[in-house]
Amino acid sequence: MAGTSTVTLRIWRGDATGGGFEDHEVEVSSGEVVLDVLHRIQATQAPDLAVRWNCKAGRCGSCSAEVNGMPRLTCMTRMNILDQTEPITVAPMRTFPIIKDLVTNVSFNYEMAKRVPAFQPKPKPPEGYRMAQQDIERVQEFRKCIECFLCQNVCHVIRDHEENKPQFAGPRLFIRYAELEMHPLDTGDRRELLQAQMGLGLCNITKCCSEVCPEEIHITDNGIIPLKERVVDRRYDPIAWLGRKIKMRRSGRAE
Amino acid sequence: MATVDDPEGLAESRSQGPRFQTLRRDAWWRPMLVTIAVLLGFIVYGTWVAFTNENYFVDPYVSPFYSPCLASNCEHATLPVIGDWWTLSPALLILPFPLGFRLTCYYYRKAYYRSFWLSPPACSVVEPHRSYTGETRFPLILQNVHRYFFYLALPFPIILFIDGIRAFFFPDGFGMGLGTLILLTNAVLLGAYTISCHSCRHLCGGHVDVFSRSPLRYRFWQFVSRLNIRHGEIAWVSLFGVALTDVYVRLVATGVISDPRLF
Amino acid sequence: MADHEVHEFDVIVIGAGGAGLRAAIEARAQGAKTAIVCKSLLGKAHTVMAEGGVAAALGTVYPEDNWKVHFRDTMRGGKMLNNWRLAQIHAQEAPERVLELEEWGALWDRTEDGRVLQRDFGGHRYARLAHVGDRTGLEMIRILQHKAVSMDIAVFMECTIVRLLKDGDRIAGAFGYWRESGKFVEFKAPAVVLATGGIGKAYKITSNSWEYTGDGHALGLWAGADLIDMEFVQFHPTGMVWPPSVMGILVTEGVRGDGGILRNESGERFMFRCIPEMFKAETADTEEEADRWFTDRKGARRPPDLLPRDEVARAIVAEIKEGRGTPHGGVYLDIASRRDPDYITRRLPGMYHQFKELADVDITKEPMEIGPTCHYVMGGLKVDAETAAATVPGLFAAGEVAGGMHGANRLGGNSLSDLLVFGRRAGLHGAGYARSIGARLEATSDQCEEIARDAVRPFDRSEGENPYGIQKELQDTMQTLVGIIRTEEELLKALDRLGELKERATHAVAEGNRLYNPGWHLALDLKSLLTVSEVTALAALERKESRGAQTRDDYPKMDPEFGKVNVVIRTKDGEPYVDQAPLEPLPQDLRELVEAT
Repeated sequence: MAGTSTVTLRIWRGDATGGGFEDHEVEVSSGEVVLDVLHRIQATQAPDLAVRWNCKAGRCGSCSAEVNGMPRLTCMTRMNILDQTEPITVAPMRTFPIIKDLVTNVSFNYEMAKRVPAFQPKPKPPEGYRMAQQDIERVQEFRKCIECFLCQNVCHVIRDHEENKPQFAGPRLFIRYAELEMHPLDTGDRRELLQAQMGLGLCNITKCCSEVCPEEIHITDNGIIPLKERVVDRRYDPIAWLGRKIKMRRSGRAE
Repeated sequence: MATVDDPEGLAESRSQGPRFQTLRRDAWWRPMLVTIAVLLGFIVYGTWVAFTNENYFVDPYVSPFYSPCLASNCEHATLPVIGDWWTLSPALLILPFPLGFRLTCYYYRKAYYRSFWLSPPACSVVEPHRSYTGETRFPLILQNVHRYFFYLALPFPIILFIDGIRAFFFPDGFGMGLGTLILLTNAVLLGAYTISCHSCRHLCGGHVDVFSRSPLRYRFWQFVSRLNIRHGEIAWVSLFGVALTDVYVRLVATGVISDPRLF
Repeated sequence: MADHEVHEFDVIVIGAGGAGLRAAIEARAQGAKTAIVCKSLLGKAHTVMAEGGVAAALGTVYPEDNWKVHFRDTMRGGKMLNNWRLAQIHAQEAPERVLELEEWGALWDRTEDGRVLQRDFGGHRYARLAHVGDRTGLEMIRILQHKAVSMDIAVFMECTIVRLLKDGDRIAGAFGYWRESGKFVEFKAPAVVLATGGIGKAYKITSNSWEYTGDGHALGLWAGADLIDMEFVQFHPTGMVWPPSVMGILVTEGVRGDGGILRNESGERFMFRCIPEMFKAETADTEEEADRWFTDRKGARRPPDLLPRDEVARAIVAEIKEGRGTPHGGVYLDIASRRDPDYITRRLPGMYHQFKELADVDITKEPMEIGPTCHYVMGGLKVDAETAAATVPGLFAAGEVAGGMHGANRLGGNSLSDLLVFGRRAGLHGAGYARSIGARLEATSDQCEEIARDAVRPFDRSEGENPYGIQKELQDTMQTLVGIIRTEEELLKALDRLGELKERATHAVAEGNRLYNPGWHLALDLKSLLTVSEVTALAALERKESRGAQTRDDYPKMDPEFGKVNVVIRTKDGEPYVDQAPLEPLPQDLRELVEAT
């Protein structure tokens, strides 16, 4: 049953002024995840080791970090999938400013969330809204997002080019936009905003966001690419543009 | 892109965190190298095939690189709309279309941005470029015309399928050879690749917000979506398919092997 | 220390779970200048852990369902100890609150004809839980979060409140610190809404996260407010038991609602042996009838696996105690043999994922091993049913931190509806109260200074107690001595130990500096954790009967006399003491509803 072993965790310790990796030798029992081990270090060796966490069940998305270089939720990374013969590195998310140790300042994501134009529902009919299950399934996939920001962290557009941050909403926010654009009740049109100010065109669909998503949301295939196609409808496709014009003339509406 | 105001100071936001190329220990460079090798191989082979202008037809088989044949200098002209003033390889008349389709394909973009442009080389590995503008400027902004290449690429699998049907009709009558099967398989793979395209998925239903009001589009969209999940794999398999079909036709045409008749 | 940051608002809401967000949205909609202060990042609160659904008598699946039946189920589930007016308002307003979320973007799972689909849950007579797969709480918190973000509500994330401020006998604001920098911050506000959730971190095996340290309960009590029903701590019957590191993580009741059944080691469906008198008439007594119920609601009675949570948890504990448990000390929850894999992964994707990732168990092929886990506290601040006002002027409470709504035991799904209904009311009346006060209240500045001085004390010591060690001992004490089954002897022992721990906690030490220092944060959280643990034990000792979530081995029967009172905790000179207060009698027309079969 519960076998124990000793492993070395190489944890980045420091704050905004600097820091480096520190080794901690620690007991590990079978079935444990990286976060369990971080907690043990906190309780026995380094009480001030800063780690952000909440649910410890992969549902809140607080405990994101980079384990052996890969962005992961530490509460869902079992120790037995890692090579325990070598030190296991645990580093904070690289894309966001360090606060302390494994805790980063993720306010970038909240700022970008503020810029999302809110849901604009169709007027509610007296008997209430009716929606079919097939109308909402696409959007429900995006709502699985737990806002762990691993996709934002891994995205090279801002990970390697901080100067893009003010003009790039990032994968998390793209699926938020996708969720609104594909919502059966929403009447808004955020395509122009997406292309002009949210940096949809900066995404080169290299799919790292989808690779690291702990909820296995198909961020690129089901979110970003359909958004790009919708932007093409509006911006780059003369036939779609013509079709729209004709339709509009018929119904006598101005754009 | 115009200058963007940045009241929250988002641009300057990363400070003294760990600096490193990557902390990954797995062989993250392997998929990159494989992609480079395969794509380069195909480009070299494809270019040679396109220019050789021989050994692409052996009745009733035709290489997919040379079908449809639109020039009258063709060994098996499908639809000779181009007169005999065209003296180059007839393959050059048609190849730009499937090539453009693959070049702007969402899957291949991922593959070559990662492996050839190292942008990024792999997830959570630092990319070597100093600045980055993605697909916002010329020429990469042209990737947005992918759907037009989809329209242009759409006839190809149909024509190749007809080639496959024609491959039942040998000079000595009706029959089936290994080549018939290969041609048909190739046409099906190319069809799957074309239909599973992200633009196709959007055009046939993805743009609809309320599926329950467009049940037919919803069915199409579901069908394409199921294929689309495998778009990347189909892209590779169909690429090999085209090359291998050509190799087969070429080997039969040059007499290196003889085509086994199944009946 | 006088130069701390100061902010002024009309209403501040402490806690950013469902109740807090709903309160803030309503207060802001009323025009109040509103802030949310929360310990974690926005959107991480415990509401995300709610899986199964939100109870509201929409009547979409069963037109027979209406608020009266919901009210009846809630009162019976609560063993008639509920504040009837809270339960009534809750049942009446829940449908409106649930549908309102649709206007803000929520996408509940749908029926064939496009309305809100409802799911079965323990203790609810009809399928009544609006849901989104098994991630209902996540959907709700995200929708409320987006709504709040679009409304110009100030959000102070990762900011812990340590004390409420008072001007005379009225609330004047709150004082706390930024977790990130350790710097102090004062909020001046005439109205404070507590929406801090529960106390689950007082237990070792719990479905609750580190945040659940009973802050709101303690803040309210320290500010002079009354707590009621603190003896009623709900143990959810189904938490994970293996491997040890995931012990306590919740397994949704939806598993049973969708056909899962409980079995003991030998495969027996033991729940048929454990049907209490009160529910005999409405519970199936053969396996055949129980299975038929899933397709034939009229002709069959509900399976005993879907009895209220207190009954199921007790039955499981008894089963394990008598040696019929599984190797890892739980019982089996089996859906694999009952439903096909497609159905399971579609209806319970989160559970599938959770077991696969954390326990290497494929729930479409094997049964789960589960056991009770601390989940929810029914007790909380005594509130006025109409206004959600606590017993101190200017203080409001909503959600888990408020008491009385659920009586002795909460039905699954009633907490998500509770936090919408009373979150809104707390915001509404908090804003109204702030408007009526007009002028700013002032806390004396020495209040803040004293709190701040006290808070940094753990840094002054070079030697002392490790806060992690104290927390662990506290959790062990509560788990073993104030757990599911209690006796006077054990409760007295618990109070003794808690007294010791309280003393030791005053010597807790923090290493390093104030920058994001979890050791220090825990040392501060221990104060509220110890307070709520103590009052839970005190209340449990006072109620000399078994009812709902309180099971006393030394008083195994329900006592009608205790059915007429709430156990109340008040403070005198800063020390909590226990008292009893009579329940408001149930009006005749409502009594008839409850007694209807």
